[in-house]
Amino acid sequence: MQQILFYILALLAIAFSIATITSRNAMYSVLSLVATFFALAGFYLMLNAEFVAFVHIIVYAGAIMVLFLFVVMMLNLNQSPVNIPRPLLARLAAVVAGGIFGLTLVAALSQTILPTSAESTALAEVGSVRTLGKMLFNEFLLPFELTSVLFIATMVGVVVLTKKEE
Amino acid sequence: MISVITFKLILVSLLFLVTLGIAAYSTYFERKIAAFLQDRIGPNRAGPFGLLQPIADGVKMIFKEEHRPAGSNRLLFILGPSLAMATALMTSAAIPWGTHIEIGGHSYAFQVADINVGVLYVFAIVSLGVYGILIGGWSSNNKYSLLGAIRASSQMISYELAMGLSIIPIILYTGSLQMSDIVEGQHQVWNVFRYPLGFLIFLICAFAETNRTPFDLPECETELVGGYHTEYTSMKLGFFLFSEYVNMFVSSAMIATLFFGGYHFPGLSSLEHLPNLAAFLGFGVLFAKILFFIFFFMWIRWTIPRFRYDQLMRLGWQVLMPTSIVLIVIYGAIFSFL
Amino acid sequence: MLNSYLNKNTMESNVDYLGILLQMAFALGFVGLTMVATHTLGPKRRTAQKAEAFECGVESVGNARLPFSIKYFLTAILFVLFDVEVIFFYPWAVNFKELGGIGYLKMLFFIAPLFLGYLYILKKGALNWEKM
Repeated sequence: MQQILFYILALLAIAFSIATITSRNAMYSVLSLVATFFALAGFYLMLNAEFVAFVHIIVYAGAIMVLFLFVVMMLNLNQSPVNIPRPLLARLAAVVAGGIFGLTLVAALSQTILPTSAESTALAEVGSVRTLGKMLFNEFLLPFELTSVLFIATMVGVVVLTKKEE
Repeated sequence: MISVITFKLILVSLLFLVTLGIAAYSTYFERKIAAFLQDRIGPNRAGPFGLLQPIADGVKMIFKEEHRPAGSNRLLFILGPSLAMATALMTSAAIPWGTHIEIGGHSYAFQVADINVGVLYVFAIVSLGVYGILIGGWSSNNKYSLLGAIRASSQMISYELAMGLSIIPIILYTGSLQMSDIVEGQHQVWNVFRYPLGFLIFLICAFAETNRTPFDLPECETELVGGYHTEYTSMKLGFFLFSEYVNMFVSSAMIATLFFGGYHFPGLSSLEHLPNLAAFLGFGVLFAKILFFIFFFMWIRWTIPRFRYDQLMRLGWQVLMPTSIVLIVIYGAIFSFL
Repeated sequence: MLNSYLNKNTMESNVDYLGILLQMAFALGFVGLTMVATHTLGPKRRTAQKAEAFECGVESVGNARLPFSIKYFLTAILFVLFDVEVIFFYPWAVNFKELGGIGYLKMLFFIAPLFLGYLYILKKGALNWEKM
C-alpha cells in the first residue's frame, strides 16, 4: 500500500518536474512546479515529517510560488511563446554538463551507504514539530539565530532594489 | 480498521452536505438579513418565505450559458474557480466537531483528520486559496479581472501573516498544533478571554481572507466592475461566489474552535457516561457558535463601509503585524517569568 | 529496503490522512461534476461581440495583461520573508514550556534583528502604499 503510494507520488513528481521545464507557457511552468511541490510534500508525509510537509506547502507553494506568479504576470510573457536562440555550442555544453552531472550522481549513489531498517526506526520521531523545535533551539541555535540576520540582509536588498531613487 | 474507514467516509459525506447546505442558505440569510437591516422584505417568491431561493439560484446558475472571453486561456479559465472551490471545501477536515462517538464499543474521533499539525494544515490550505483567484483573474484576459486578482492576492497574503502570528499565544499555552488539543485546553476558560486582542486580530484577518466587507476591494464594483470574476458566467461564477460563503462558514468554525471553546459548553464534563449525547450536544453548541459568527460576518457587511487600498495595507502591515509580534513577546514573558 | 522506510507510520495518523484524502476526493469530485454539468447543460450561442472583454462598453485597448505596479511585487517579496519568520515561531511555541525562560530569551534574540529590519523597511517607506 505504502509502496504503491510512493510510486504514484514519484511518478507525479517526475511528470510535473518535466512539465515545469518543458512548457512553453511560463504560467504552466509555475503551476507544474506547484504540483511538484505537492508531490514532494507527500513524500515528507510518508516519512512522518508532518511539519516539514506542511511548511513546504505554506512556504514554497503558498508564498514563493505566488511571488513567481506575480513575476510571470509582470513580465507579460503571455502572448507568444519565448523563442530563445540555441547555438550549437550551447547545446553541446549542455549535453556535456548534463553527462558530468549524471556521472557524479551515479558515483555518489554507488558510494552511499543507506541506513538499514534498524537505524531508520529512529526517524519516526525526527519529523515531529516537538523534536524539530528542540533541535533548532539547542544543537542548531547559532544557524537559527543567524537566519534572522540573513532576513535583515534580504529586507535591505528588497528595499534597495524596489524603492525609487529620491 | 474497516469500521474506522467507514466512519470517516460517513463523516466526510455528512460534513460535505452540511457545508454545502450552510453555504447555500448563507446566501439566503445574507439577503434576508440585509433586507432586515435596511427595512426591506428580501427574497420571498421562491417557496414559503423565499426559502427555496438558494435552490432556484443554483439551478439558474447551472443552466446559464457558459462563456469564455476571446484571448483567455481555456485550461486556466476553468482551473481558477475549481481551485477556489476545492480549497474552500478542504479546510473543514481539521476542525473537531465534538467529543468522541461510541458505536458498538468502538470510540471514534468526531473529526475527519486529527493530525498533529492541524493548525498548519489549515494555514496551508488557506495559503493556497490565492491561486484560484490569481489564476482566474489572469486567465480572463481582462484588465479589471487582472487588477482585481492582484489586489485580492496581495490582500490575502498580507493578512495571512498577522493571522499566523495572532494564534501563536494560544500555542504557547497549549503546546500543541493539534486542533483537538487546542479545544481541550479551553475546557475551563475560552481562549477569547485569555487573548482578547489576539482574537480581534484573528477576526479582522478572517474578514480579509474571505474578501468580505470591509475588505472586499478585489471586487469593489465602483472601480473594478466585478473584480477577478468579471468575465465569469454560469456555475464558474457560481463557484467564485459560493466559495466565499464556504470560506465564511469555515472561518466561523475556526474562530469558534480556536477562541470560543469549540464544542465545549458548561456541563459537558458531567455527561461523561453518555459520550454520544455529549458529542451531539457539543456538535449543536459548536454549530450555534458558528451560526452566530456567520451572522456577525453579515452584520458587519451592512455596518462598516469599504476600506481604501492604502488603508487596508497600512492596517495589515503597520498595525496588525507588529501588534501580534508584540503580543507574542508579552505573552511569552508572562508565561515564562510569572 | 523501501518498505522499511515507509512502514513506520502509526495506524492512527494513517487514518487521519485517509480522511483528508477522502475529503479531497469529495471536493474534487463535486467540482469536476459541476463543471461538466454546467458545461453540458447551458446553451451555447457564441458571438464575436460576446467574446470581447467586458470593460463597461468602452472598447478594449491593447493587451489586458499589463505590467502592474511594483508595490504589489514588493508586498509579495516581504510576505515571503515574513512567512518564513512566522513558520519559525511554531516549533518554538510548541516547545515553549520545555524550553522555558532560556528558550524565550533565545527567541527574543531571533525577533530583535527582525524587528530592526521591520523598522528599517517602515522608515524607508516600503510599507507606505501611497508614497512608493
